Amino acid sequence: MTKRFALGIFDDEDVLLHAVENVREAGVKIYEVFSPFPIHGIDDALGIERSRLPIAAFFLGMTGLAFALWLQIYTLGFDWPMIIGGKPHIALPAFIPVAFELTVFFTCHGMVITFYTISKLYPRWKTPVLDVRSTDDKFVMAIELKEGTDMGKLTQLLRNNGASEVNEKEMSKF
Amino acid sequence: MQHVSPVREPLVTGGKTYHDVTQDISRQVEAAPNIRWMAALSVALFFLGVFFYSVYRTLWYGIGEWGLNKTVGWAWDITNFVWWVGIGHAGTLISAVLLLFRQKWRTSINRAAEAMTIFAVICAAMFPVLHMGRPWLAFWVFPLQNTYGSLWVNFNSPLLWDVFAISTYFTVSLVFWYTGLVPDFATIRDRAKGPIAKVAYSLLSMGWKGSAKHWSRYETVSLILAGVSTPLVLSVHTIVSMDFATSVVPGWHTTIFPPYFVAGAIFSGFAMVLTLMLITRVVFKLEDYITIEHIALMNKIMMVTGSIVGVAYITEFFIAWYSQVEFEQYAFINRATGPYWWAYWSMMTCNVITPQLVWIRRVRYSIPLTFVLSIIVNIGMWFERFVIIVTSLHRDYLPSSWVMFSPSIIDIGIYVGTMGLFFTLFLLFAKFFPVINMAEVKSVLKYTVDNGPTYTGHDPHLGATHQHSTHGVPASAPVNYNKHD
Repeated sequence: MTKRFALGIFDDEDVLLHAVENVREAGVKIYEVFSPFPIHGIDDALGIERSRLPIAAFFLGMTGLAFALWLQIYTLGFDWPMIIGGKPHIALPAFIPVAFELTVFFTCHGMVITFYTISKLYPRWKTPVLDVRSTDDKFVMAIELKEGTDMGKLTQLLRNNGASEVNEKEMSKF
Repeated sequence: MQHVSPVREPLVTGGKTYHDVTQDISRQVEAAPNIRWMAALSVALFFLGVFFYSVYRTLWYGIGEWGLNKTVGWAWDITNFVWWVGIGHAGTLISAVLLLFRQKWRTSINRAAEAMTIFAVICAAMFPVLHMGRPWLAFWVFPLQNTYGSLWVNFNSPLLWDVFAISTYFTVSLVFWYTGLVPDFATIRDRAKGPIAKVAYSLLSMGWKGSAKHWSRYETVSLILAGVSTPLVLSVHTIVSMDFATSVVPGWHTTIFPPYFVAGAIFSGFAMVLTLMLITRVVFKLEDYITIEHIALMNKIMMVTGSIVGVAYITEFFIAWYSQVEFEQYAFINRATGPYWWAYWSMMTCNVITPQLVWIRRVRYSIPLTFVLSIIVNIGMWFERFVIIVTSLHRDYLPSSWVMFSPSIIDIGIYVGTMGLFFTLFLLFAKFFPVINMAEVKSVLKYTVDNGPTYTGHDPHLGATHQHSTHGVPASAPVNYNKHD
């Protein structure tokens, strides 16, 4: 499906931040904002909810810890108990390092896999972008154009809020 | 907004704009390889050849090719392993610990330091794997069912803890590094001209577009990875030190080892970062990003950790005397005055005495002196591991088995060869990947100036009083006013 966008191009992240607040106040829905680096405070301005990734991290870590303890206790304590230096089969203090490492392992890899999956980031042959300068030095506010959107009024609104350019772009499969 | 102290030196000099940052850092990725890079790569490839030949000899004829004997069963292999793993520590320290401490100066060195970590750990892993003698059975170190070839692994052994620590450390550093690279790959992808570069960087950038939602998650993920990497980096060398500390060999059996090894690791890691950065900034003309301030700050960290190491050396000696254990006492007297006295005193000079020169401001801010000092520290840290390992082993409890150790040509070949491996990987990284994190440098660009952001409107975080004015909006990209300009 082809979508049409109005793109407000900004030169400065602070100007963009104000523009986001003002555009939203004017009742215009912002499709997405693209920037070359994270802008502090834009989550609140755009109304992006706080990420629940830290909760996922906690449970991933707990999974790793549980797996590590099960692995060590099951293999050395039950499946094939061996006498090593006359020590107990289940020597919990000796299991701490591996338990710690697997907790970290599960947390990190789980987090990264979750991040790429929910953000739909995967290797692709071609990556269409709305404005190539948005990964260099420009801050791009994209507003989806529906039937009957007044482009002139929108341009005026973005211009008044400090946009250095306002462009229109069609994108298929975006 | 953050408050920036007026006495703080700017992080990036030269009045760079966002576009300048992109230009300066993408330059060497986009340009044809220059002659100096080609020359360096051919030297590195030669030593990589030495590595492959030495590995071939080791695998074909066996461990007998090494200089080991019945008494000294661990020597250069484990020395080099600990040396390389130690070097790897600075990368994670810079990217994780300094991130948690909000040390913004890390932004221009973290990328290269993390790359160094990954390559150093690859080099380190070669030694235990080759020492197995039959590396094709290396999977036996993992907990696999008994029917698969071996018994279950022994979770009481520090050598097995090492397997888990090093594998976790390597893979976590790798994904942390890669995730940081994704936005910069997107920048290069959007600038790419050639068809191969377009496809290659599109694949590498995983379809990153820099949307606000993605940035928000990206920052959360970075923070959590930094949070768990911080204890991880400390745990890795702690566990490496336990390989020694849990044994009953005099000179190894000490509780001081974990903190002492971690400090030593950071010490040698920063020395290696300095060596690499001092070359990189000149070759790729990045003096405005890796400034003299960065060098001075890294020198300070090197001095602090070097002093911790010095205190540890002296404490070991004191405890040997204080414990009244004659074996422990002999081990230390033998280190300082025995047949390997030259290794001990090289270690003492390189690690304890010369780094103290950094107290002098002129030394800290001198590029040639810093370079020499960083090399000296790397030599000293290699001797530290050699002294700990070989001098403790070569005269054991039974005087009839006392021997001397000398490395074979293959030992030397593998060690020099791993340097070839390391520099081959580092040079390829420096050519095809952005050596400085562009996105992070751009995000600190404004805070490096003492006269504030160019936009003079009100601060959005200070309150809800919005004045919807567009006055003061700059017509061009922000200028990084620099107080020295």
